[in-house]
This record gives sequence, structure tokens and C-alpha cells, in this order.
Amino acid sequence: MEPEDDLCQNNWGGSSSSSSSKRREQDLVHLMVARNGQLQGRQEQLVAQQQLITTDLTSIIIQLISTAGSLLPSVKHHNMSTAPGPFTGSALFPYPREANNLASQTLNNNNNNTCEFDLPKPIVVEEEHEMKDEDDVEEGENLLPGSYEILQLEKEEILAPHTHFCTICGKGFKRDANLRMHMRGHGDEYKTPAALAKPNKEAVPGSEPMLIKRYSCPFPGCKRNKDHKKFQPLKTILCVKNHYKRTHCDKSFTCSRCHTKKFSVIADLKTHEKHCGKNKWLCSCGTTFSRKDKLFGHIALFQGHTPAIPLEETKPSAPRGSSACENSNNNNTGMVGFNLGSATNAIEEVAQPGFMDGKIRFEDSFSPLSFDTCNFGGFHEFPRPMFDDSESSFQMLISSACGFSPRNGGESVSNTSL
Amino acid sequence: MKKAKQIQHMISKPFDLLSEELVFIILDLVAQNPSDLKSFSLTCKWFYQVEARHRRSLKPLRAEYLPRILTRYRNTADLDLSFCPRVTDYALSVVGCLSGPTLRSVDLSRSFSFSAAGLLRLAVKCVSLVEIDLSNATEMRDAAAAVVAEAKSLERLKLGRCKKLTDMGIGCIAVGCRKLKRVSLKWCVGVGDLGVGLLAVKCKDIRSLDLSYLPITGKCLHDVLKLQHLEELLLQGCFGVDDDSLKSLTHHCNSLKNLDASSCQNLTQRGLTSLLSGAGCLERLDLAHSSSVISLDFASSLNKVSSALQSIRLDGCAVTCDGLKAIGTLCISLREVSLSKCVTVTDEGLSCLVMKLKDLRKLDITCCRKLTGVSITQVASSCPLLVSLKMESCSLVSRDAFWLIGHKCRLLEELDFTDNEIDDEGLKSISSCRSLSSLKLGICLNITDRGLSYIGMGCSNLRELDLYRSVGITDVGISSIAQGCCHLETINISYCKDITDKSLVSLSKCSMLQTFESRGCPHITCQGLAAIAVRCKRLSKLDLKKCPFINDSGLLTLAHFSQGLKQISVSETGVTDVGLVSLANIGCLQNIAAVNTRGLSPSGVAAALVGCGGLRKVKLHASLRSLLPSSLINHMEARGCSFLWKDYNNHNNSNTLQAELDPKYWKLQLEEDIEL
Repeated sequence: MEPEDDLCQNNWGGSSSSSSSKRREQDLVHLMVARNGQLQGRQEQLVAQQQLITTDLTSIIIQLISTAGSLLPSVKHHNMSTAPGPFTGSALFPYPREANNLASQTLNNNNNNTCEFDLPKPIVVEEEHEMKDEDDVEEGENLLPGSYEILQLEKEEILAPHTHFCTICGKGFKRDANLRMHMRGHGDEYKTPAALAKPNKEAVPGSEPMLIKRYSCPFPGCKRNKDHKKFQPLKTILCVKNHYKRTHCDKSFTCSRCHTKKFSVIADLKTHEKHCGKNKWLCSCGTTFSRKDKLFGHIALFQGHTPAIPLEETKPSAPRGSSACENSNNNNTGMVGFNLGSATNAIEEVAQPGFMDGKIRFEDSFSPLSFDTCNFGGFHEFPRPMFDDSESSFQMLISSACGFSPRNGGESVSNTSL
Repeated sequence: MKKAKQIQHMISKPFDLLSEELVFIILDLVAQNPSDLKSFSLTCKWFYQVEARHRRSLKPLRAEYLPRILTRYRNTADLDLSFCPRVTDYALSVVGCLSGPTLRSVDLSRSFSFSAAGLLRLAVKCVSLVEIDLSNATEMRDAAAAVVAEAKSLERLKLGRCKKLTDMGIGCIAVGCRKLKRVSLKWCVGVGDLGVGLLAVKCKDIRSLDLSYLPITGKCLHDVLKLQHLEELLLQGCFGVDDDSLKSLTHHCNSLKNLDASSCQNLTQRGLTSLLSGAGCLERLDLAHSSSVISLDFASSLNKVSSALQSIRLDGCAVTCDGLKAIGTLCISLREVSLSKCVTVTDEGLSCLVMKLKDLRKLDITCCRKLTGVSITQVASSCPLLVSLKMESCSLVSRDAFWLIGHKCRLLEELDFTDNEIDDEGLKSISSCRSLSSLKLGICLNITDRGLSYIGMGCSNLRELDLYRSVGITDVGISSIAQGCCHLETINISYCKDITDKSLVSLSKCSMLQTFESRGCPHITCQGLAAIAVRCKRLSKLDLKKCPFINDSGLLTLAHFSQGLKQISVSETGVTDVGLVSLANIGCLQNIAAVNTRGLSPSGVAAALVGCGGLRKVKLHASLRSLLPSSLINHMEARGCSFLWKDYNNHNNSNTLQAELDPKYWKLQLEEDIEL
């Protein structure tokens, strides 16, 4: 569906209205030709099918017209201004406001080429697996395919922090109302009631009763993409943004408490941080649970898993991170590091309290665990390093049973970490 | 020539001919008396070594000697450390290293000051450890429980009163010790449904589970009752177990034989019915102090289990006549019935109950005060196989009924007639029960020496005799008992005011005597005590309270001869510092009570306390608390000794003692106290 993609892109990309309408006509023709071509191949087929196709076509036409109608105001807005595309630089600069301020002058010239900006490619982290998804809410919604119009934003637009930009200074805003408040500072002409008023949607000529708007994800192959066989549309632009970030973007926000959980939507991070560390029910496999009964259900289910008892039972104030909740393969190295670190901590804490305080990188409230088993799924043959470690931490004098002196072992580990 | 030399050699070492197996068999027979074993091992070096190899179980008095003891006895399988109050991690480490491979059971129920580290030593080193008793480890936490889980072969585990343990610790044990068969979690108040549920899910071999006083609900019982081999389930005082949580119980726990649901206040007939519905093979049911009335309705819930039920305990329940009747007709195979403190039991009810119970062996009707001779006559005539009858405080039972008991129930072994109207004729009839081993005749004011002489002549197997406040008894009666009952182990002659040293001299014939209580016998002197001390080598408990003529010389004899003494009370006697300090000579002494003993000075008490290394409990007058140095008290407490400071004032003048000795006065006083 190249044409439609193009259509949307152009509309939101701020190209001129004339070119866009021209394009639309072309597309329509193109489409019809394609359909006809298909039909020619099977002339002898049933008439009923033809009817079906004609209805299909009419629905497409209706759709196109309505799209055009709804997009007219924005087109108007873009005609009026020579502002840069909303996505300019936003993904490249960590502080978009300054970036826009600085770049507004230069970008004014090449606003037509904005599409060619080299943006970081989204990476598929998990497919269709999201922890909490607002767009899941509408799963049950049974809209007929033709009964709503589908909009598709480009990834640059989705990732842009601001959608409204000042035509004079280039400052970006999330809300149009804020932009209009800002514009007042640029001169008296912006203080008129007409300029401050909400752009009137009714003013659009020839507008029909509004169709329901639904959104498509620009990522090809995504279930939320309109080309997908079981396409499920997204309800609002916010849904699109969250969906796109969660599903197709890097998780760049790391939890400051556990340093393990990563998020692509900042709100998700904040929600997580609110509860991070409260998952105090810990299994020997490293999985944490916020509820005790869930932990016990987990243990009852698997062979060899045991409840892990925090080493410092007497120190409830110690920070507890929900470390290593994920079994993701892309941070294996981190896991190994954790393993070493925790073992060292256990030894140091008991042997020389306070000696290694500065060096403790990971959460010290845990008994040493066997995260490697968790990573590689060796559930049935748990080597139980937890107890080996705890034994060494107990500082016994003799330990021929384990075949090594825990004290020496502990020292060697601490030396390497020093 | 060579042969002659060989013969010479054999004569010089005659025991070389004896195989070790034979000596072991001999030792098995000798082992019943520890002092014999000691003499055996001191005979020669070879005997010493053989005895060391033979011994399997040890009960050391001091943890300090563990290295030496365990080096000597290398085959120790059972180690009972209940005499060692202070068992450090080091001691446990020693145990693990010296007898690791052979050790099968450890008892740490009375010990403290070990931690998870020590337990880890034990768990890792003792690979064949099957049983461990960690009861009363009130400071034990989940970390220690996780360490116990390292003992993979563990089958029997006791964790009574480990109050700081939570579900997490039990979860670790459940995952680690998969072979567990018998688990006691009594009073582990931190353990709930989740821990118990996981235990039941993971340890499929559990046969006995004690969940008494746990904050569990019926939820975890769903898992528990799925255990294939569960035979014993104790739910005493589980207030969370109620009818609603047991409603959906669908199980068939046919292995269950013993169910204790006593003191489950929220469990009524409805819940019990669903609990019992799947337990068709139940043999013992304990419903003591339950909230429901034992009525006809209630008896119907026993329908499912009536065929196999052998024992039922309904202590303290509100029983009705109909209920008892129904139980009597439903459960014909009952062998044991306990109705202790069921105040509503009437003659009619009991008669109906026992009517068809031909197999009844044990009956407890303690404090069923409404009962009269009628029902006792019925019991005697319908239960000829009765072995144990406890009927303390059934004061309305007539004298004739006792005669009938002795006449009809010849197999009786245990009788409790405390506070009854039994007289000499009754005792004469009882004396025909040849196998009688325990007889309690406390506060039986109608019996005299004549009655006791029948017992002495007839009951040669008597082990325990209680004559507390039976004031009709004099030296004559005691001497006839001492003559006839040479196996006597326990005797109580407290407040029998006419007893003199003669009784003690005659009792000294009973060489098996272990417990001797002569509280409030004003005529006893050190001479009598010396006779007992010298000849009763097994003496372990001695109560000499309120015997004013007992003084230091008595204690000096004790200190010299009674090396097995564990408990002594010398309150309100003439003992002074010298006597008390001399007790330090007795190695196993654990409990001392010395309240209101005028001759004692703080320094004397302090010396005695320091001297007695194995003390666990000391009862002293509260005034000494401030007089003894606090560092000493701290030291003693660290050693595992707890203090009981008694505050009452000294009534040690002759008038009050005289008044106390008068049973009529004493009873009056008691009743006044009750009314108050």
C-alpha cells in the first residue's frame, strides 16, 4: 500500500496542498488500474465478486475523501508557516528545545528534505509482548473495516517530543494552546481573540459527519500496522506513541534503583520505580515477586527452586532491587558480573563489615544467587551455588567438605574485584 | 613348647578368645544400667575399647567435653545434647567432624547459642543425619532453616517453638529435605498456609505432621490431606481452621490414623464432618476442648470413621447423654475414651457409653464430679479388659464401687484414685491386679497402713505410688510397700505427717528409686536421707521442701553418693552454705530450689551457683536478686541457667506448718480459695 503511506506522509510532512492533492488523484487512478488489472486476469469470474470489488473501491474512495477533509486544516497551517517539520532533530538532540532554537534558522531552508533525516532505526525487542498497553484496551472493539478512517504517522513524528512549533522562534510545544499562549510574546497581532481562539474545525468546507479515526503503526509487519492480516487499529495518537516506543524502540530509560529494568516510555519507568524494590519475595532462580503466594506458587511448580532468604534479615532498610527479573539474552555479560559481585559482597559483608562498602555495586541485601541457571534454563540440575556461597560467608574454620577453603576463596574473589 | 607358650599367652589374655560380636551381645544386656557399663569399660584396656566401639547413643553432660567424648565413641549414631544448655557453633563443628558419617540423630531441643553456621557444619558433614530436634530454638531465623535444608537425608524434624521462623524458612526445608517423614512445627507461629502447603507439595513421604498452634486456615489442609502416606495430623489450637475453609475438601486420605483437632475453637460439627468424610481408617480422634456440644447430631458426623476408631478424647467438651450413647453404639471398637473434665457427664451417659465397649482399655473420667458408684459399677462389669482408669476427684463414688473395680478388672496397670473415697477394703480388692504399676492415692483420707500392706503383698510390679496428703499412712505402711514392691521408682509421701526416718530406711531397699518426694514431712532427718542416698543409686529427683530437720550433713551424703541427682528442692530446710556448695560435686544437677532457707548467705549461694556447672533452673528468694552480683547472674544466664525469683514471705513458724499438715484445714483453705 505504497500510495496511502505516501499520502499520509505528505500530509503530515507539511508539503504543499497542491502537490498532495495531485498525488491523491494519481494514487486513486493508480489504484483503480491495479484493481482492473487484477480483474482482467479472471474475466470469467463471478459477477458477485465484481460487486464486492466495487463496494471495496467505493469505500476506499470515501476514505480518501474524508482523509482529505480532515487533513485540510493542518495543511492550511503548514501553508501559512514555513516552520520546519515537527520531527526535525528531535530524535538526535537530547534537549529538543535548544536544538530547535539553534537549528531553526538552518532548517528553514531545507524543510522539504526532512524525510531524509537519518534517524536511529527502531529495533524490535519483543514482538507483541508489552507489559501494559493502553492499546490493548480496544482489543474487543469490533469496528467494521470500512467504518473508520485509518491514519498512519511516520516514526519521526511519533518520536517527536513536540507537535506544535512556534513559527518565529521554533520553540516546540506539546499542546496547541500552549503554543498560542507563547505566540502572544511575539507581538500584538497574536493577541487578538481570533488568533487565540481554538482553530474551528467546522470552518472546513464541505466536511461530512466525522468518521471515527483510528491509527496505524508505521512499522511493517506489526500487528498494529494496517497491512497486517489481523490488523488491530490504535485508538489515539497517544496510543500510537506508546505502542511505537514500547514495541519498536530501544529501552533507553533504566531504573535508577535496580539498574536492570529498562523502559522506552518514561511513564512506564516512573510506574516501575514506584514499586521497584518492593518485590521482596525472592526465589533462588533470581525471580522476584511482589506477593508471597506468587513466590510459593512458583516454587511449588518448579523442581529445585527454593525461597531465597535475604542475607541481612536484620536490616530491613537495606535497598532491595528487583535485580535480574529478566532472562533476556542481550545482557549476559551483565549477569556474569552480577554473579561475581554478589558473591564478593556476601563474603565481604560477613567477614569484614564495611570494608568493601564503596565497592559494592549491586544490591547487597541479597543472598548470593545463581542467576546463571536462570539465564540458561538449567532448572533441573541446580548446582545450588547459593549455599556454597553462603557457606563461605559463614566463615567456618574447617571446610574440607566442599573441597576448598571458603576463606581463601573469598579473599581471592575480593582481590580480583579490588 | 610352642603350644605351651601359646596356652600361656591365652591365659594371660583370656579375652582374646572372645569375639567382639559376643562381647557386643553381652554389652547390650549390661547397657540397661549406665554405671555397670562404666565398670565394664574400666576393667581393662580392651574392654574400654570394645565398650567405646559398642556404644551408639550418647547423652553428654557438658558440651565442653564433646571433642574427647566423640573421639572415644567413634560410632555414635544418636547424640542427645539436651543436658548441654550451651552448644556453640564450635561444638557443632566438632560433632560434624568427629562423628559426621555415623551420626543419625541430634537433639538440640534444650540447647542454645548455636547459629546457622554451626548447623551448616552439622548438615554438610553428617551425610546420614536422619533426625534433628531443634525445638525451642526461639532465636532461629529463616537463614538457619535454609541451612537445615542442606541435610538432604533428613526424615524427622522437630521445630517446636521456633517462633521466628517464617514460611520462607519452611519453604527452604520443604525443597531441601524431600525425604521428610515426621515434621513438628508446633508453636512456629510465623508459619502459615503457604509454608505448610509447600511442605505438603514437596515432601510426599510425610507420615506425621504437627501443625499445632499455627496460624493456618483450612486452605493448606487441602494440600496436606493429599499426602499419600499421612498417618498423623495434629491441629491442636489452630484457630484459623474453620468450617468454611474446609467446605470444599474433597480428598480420600485413607492413610490417616490419628487426628488431633483439640482446642480448634472455630471448628464445629460441619467442618469436622468434611474433615472426617475422607478418613475412613481413622483410629485416634482428639476433640478435646472443642467448642461444639457432643450431641446426637455430633455423633452422626463420626459415622464415616466409626468402624476403625479406637480412641476418642473429648476432654473438656460439653457432652450430652444422647451423644455419649450414640458414640457407644456407633464406635464399638473403641479402646480408649477420655472424658476428663467433662463436667456434664452423668451416670446415665457414661453407663450407656461403656455398655457395649467390651474392648475398652483406657478410661479417663478425671474431675467428672457428677459420677457416682452406679456408672463405675457399670464400667467395672462391662469392661473386663480395662488397663487404665483415671478417676481423680470423683468424690461421689462410693466405697463399694472400688471393690468391684478390683474384683472385675484384673488387668489394671494404671489407677488414679486421687481425692476419692477409697478405703482399705477397696485397696485389698485392687491388690489382686498383679500387673498394677502406677497407683495414685493422693488425698485419700480413708486409707491406712492395712490397705497399703495389701498392695505391698499383691502388687509386686508397682513402679509409682502417690500418697500425697494421705495422712492415714505411717511407717508401717511404707515398710510393707518397700518390702513387696522392689521395682518402685517413684514415691510421693508429701505431707504424710507421721512418716519418720524408719520409712526412708525401709524405702532404701528399693534400689530402683528415682524420684522421692517427702515435702512437708516434719520428722524426716538426715539419717533417713543418708540411707536413701547410699542405697538408691539412681535417685534423680528429690523434694525435701519443708523438712526442717534436713541439714548440711544430709546434703553432704547426697553429694557423695547420689551422683545421678538432677533435681533437688531444699526450700525451708536447715541447709546452710556448706551443704549447698557441696552439691557442686554432683555433675548432672540441673535444678535447685532454695527459697526461704535461712542458713544461706548470698556468697554461699553464689559459690554454689558457680560450682554447679550444669544448672538450668534455680529457684531463689527474690531478695537475693539484689544481693547477688549482677555479673554473676549474667554469667549464669549465659551458661544456660534461668532464674525464678520467688517473692512469698517466710511462714516458717511451727503454727503454719502444723496448719498445712492438717488435711481438713488444707481442704477448707483450698475451697475458700476456689470460691474467691
